[in-house]
Amino acid sequence: MHRIVRKNQLAADVVQLEVEAPLIARKRRAGQFVIVHLNEEAERIPLTIADSDPARGTLTLIIQGVGKSTKQLNRLQAGDVIRDILGPLGKPTHIQPNSQVVCIGGGIGAAVVYPIVRAFRESSSQVISIIGARTKSLLILEDEIRALSEQTIVTTDDGSYGMSGFVTDALKRILSNGKVVDEVIAIGPVPMMRAVCKVTREAGVKTVVSLNPIMVDGTGMCGGCRVMVGGKMQFVCVDGPEFDGHEVDFDELTARLKSYTQFEKESLERYENLCGVHCGLPA
Amino acid sequence: MAKKIGSKTKTPMPCQEARPRARNFSEVALGYSVEMAVAEANRCIECKNRPCIAGCPVEIDIPGFIKAVAENRFVDAAHILKSKNSLPAICGRVCPQEEQCEKVCTLGVKFEPVGVGRVERFVADWARENLADETPQKQPPNGKRVAVVGSGPAGLTVAGDLIQMGYQVTIFEALHKAGGVLVYGIPEFRLPKSIVQNEIDYLLHMGVELQTNVVIGKSLTLDELLSEEGFDAVFIGTGAGLPSFMKIPGINLIGVYSANEYLTRSNLMKAYRFPEYDTPLIRAKNVAVVGGGNTAMDSVRTALRLGADHAYLIYRRSRNEMPARHEEIEHAEEEGVQFHLLTNPVEIFGNERGGVRGMRCQRMELGEPDDSGRRRPVPVPGSEFEVEVDTVVMAVGQGANPVLTSTAPNLKTNKWGNIVADPETCATSIPGVFAGGDIVSGGATVILAMGAGRKAARSIHAYLSDPERSSQTEIQEAVMQG
Repeated sequence: MHRIVRKNQLAADVVQLEVEAPLIARKRRAGQFVIVHLNEEAERIPLTIADSDPARGTLTLIIQGVGKSTKQLNRLQAGDVIRDILGPLGKPTHIQPNSQVVCIGGGIGAAVVYPIVRAFRESSSQVISIIGARTKSLLILEDEIRALSEQTIVTTDDGSYGMSGFVTDALKRILSNGKVVDEVIAIGPVPMMRAVCKVTREAGVKTVVSLNPIMVDGTGMCGGCRVMVGGKMQFVCVDGPEFDGHEVDFDELTARLKSYTQFEKESLERYENLCGVHCGLPA
Repeated sequence: MAKKIGSKTKTPMPCQEARPRARNFSEVALGYSVEMAVAEANRCIECKNRPCIAGCPVEIDIPGFIKAVAENRFVDAAHILKSKNSLPAICGRVCPQEEQCEKVCTLGVKFEPVGVGRVERFVADWARENLADETPQKQPPNGKRVAVVGSGPAGLTVAGDLIQMGYQVTIFEALHKAGGVLVYGIPEFRLPKSIVQNEIDYLLHMGVELQTNVVIGKSLTLDELLSEEGFDAVFIGTGAGLPSFMKIPGINLIGVYSANEYLTRSNLMKAYRFPEYDTPLIRAKNVAVVGGGNTAMDSVRTALRLGADHAYLIYRRSRNEMPARHEEIEHAEEEGVQFHLLTNPVEIFGNERGGVRGMRCQRMELGEPDDSGRRRPVPVPGSEFEVEVDTVVMAVGQGANPVLTSTAPNLKTNKWGNIVADPETCATSIPGVFAGGDIVSGGATVILAMGAGRKAARSIHAYLSDPERSSQTEIQEAVMQG
């Protein structure tokens, strides 16, 4: 049992939970994730670890309420408990010291990028961060990322804040300025990662993406999270979650993420009907 | 003196009717009544050489407990059985008896062998209902601590044996529920989860500590178990690993599952009770399961129970080569599973939504024997045909799981990634670390994992009782030279 010690609403439908998990808090490194299983009937879902506090024995999880499972997690309050948290899973991010990197976080992806920005910063690397959102109210972790980055560019699709446009527009501007970039880390929705990879492939810049496919056990047993990378089958839970973005088969990943669309819809509708009109709304 | 021969055939096992059971998840075989068990036990001719004992991987005194049942002494039968087998209710249901004790039964030379598994199941179930209040016997605590990694059949056996010898035992399980393959893999209709839970509760009652959601190699490393965590010895029984997928076009379409995933969703996550339970599983009309082992049988029979109109079993060799238990093959046929033997998939076709639409297969014929001694299947030219399916389940074996071994550089593995362990002692290349079950042998059976667990417990005891650890050094050297 893992008690929630703190809850913050970061944006509409996005909450930050600080939960007790002392063993994982001590071990986890940037880029790793946990499997969360809320209760007996719940799904097991992978969530990136945004932060941890080994002294307090807690993890920070940032969750966007999309389907039943995530909305249900987002309705939890401080003092509530999560039945199972397993981790830290996956390989940590490879942090090259003294390098110049661009870290891109799109939407909820900013939560995944944040600990990576910090790890690069702590290894004397220079980080330019780009964080993007559809609109200003959905932007998360701007101050936190800004505090760790040499330069931070914010983009919104609708121009409501920062630079108007996509993260790729900001990236193109950096690359065309002749800035030396050793590596780009791009984490966000699949179309965003794919678009970033298209830009960096043309520019010849190494690009790492972090994938979030459907998982069950998260320990290399079920094979549900398989993706093709460079023509080879890889299991995201044990071989990833980070891969060379220029080698990932994004088409297949996109298709497989839709495996259960119908079920997800049914499950969410049932949940919202069962728990009334307030379901899924920020508490 | 051998007894006279009675019935030439086994007392039939009462089962749920094939048609209704193919649509429910309740147990298929219902178990012997007292009269049936006594009658079957009386078929044993009490032969002098007792070959069945050597046929059993955990050396149960089979003639002993059978005789006790024949004489209505069920308490004695339970004690004899449990003294060698800590999980008899499970073994009675899932052991491949026809390959073990029953294969060598003297009665079986001319007639059907004694139904050892069925009587074993009867005794275990009887004991569960009638001897529940028995206090387990235990040696006084010896102050030594052993970590068991994985709570499948190997780990549970090691834990059960060592706790009785006076060790303090902690089991670390990566999933949220203990039991390993007994819980995520074998379906309810073949092994009710309440029976597995009962066996686990028994170990906890004996004093075994269980920590779920701890994955060794990530949450804690093997080194940490032996240093900071202060364990005197470790047993690794992490079991099945990465599932294998055929290298054919369409293998990543929506609706192509590994058997591990298909079964885990259904058994552990209870997808068959969606939407009451949140985990989904595609409810297909036509399901093809590829493979010929118990996992394939479990998957194809699960497909029927999830509502498939047609469930096909696609296997590249013939029926004789199928590794599954005979009873499972028979049950699958009775339930309406359609067998395509000597058949191999070559391509899976998708629809516009990325789902499965069909599969192209080719006929095979048996050629010369291969390394496994079985005749190698070879494609018949021009024999390709298509089947209309919307879900495909791959039950074609698995590789070794890398999570623990990748963070334990001194632990020797073979070229497939399986842990190298001495077959007699289960000792690995690291002093005080023992391993057994599928992570050593590759995919095998519950009882073989239990057999390894029994040996490991014995040698952990020997290792921790010998202050010089002298015998260990030689074994370690042998393992290292491998």
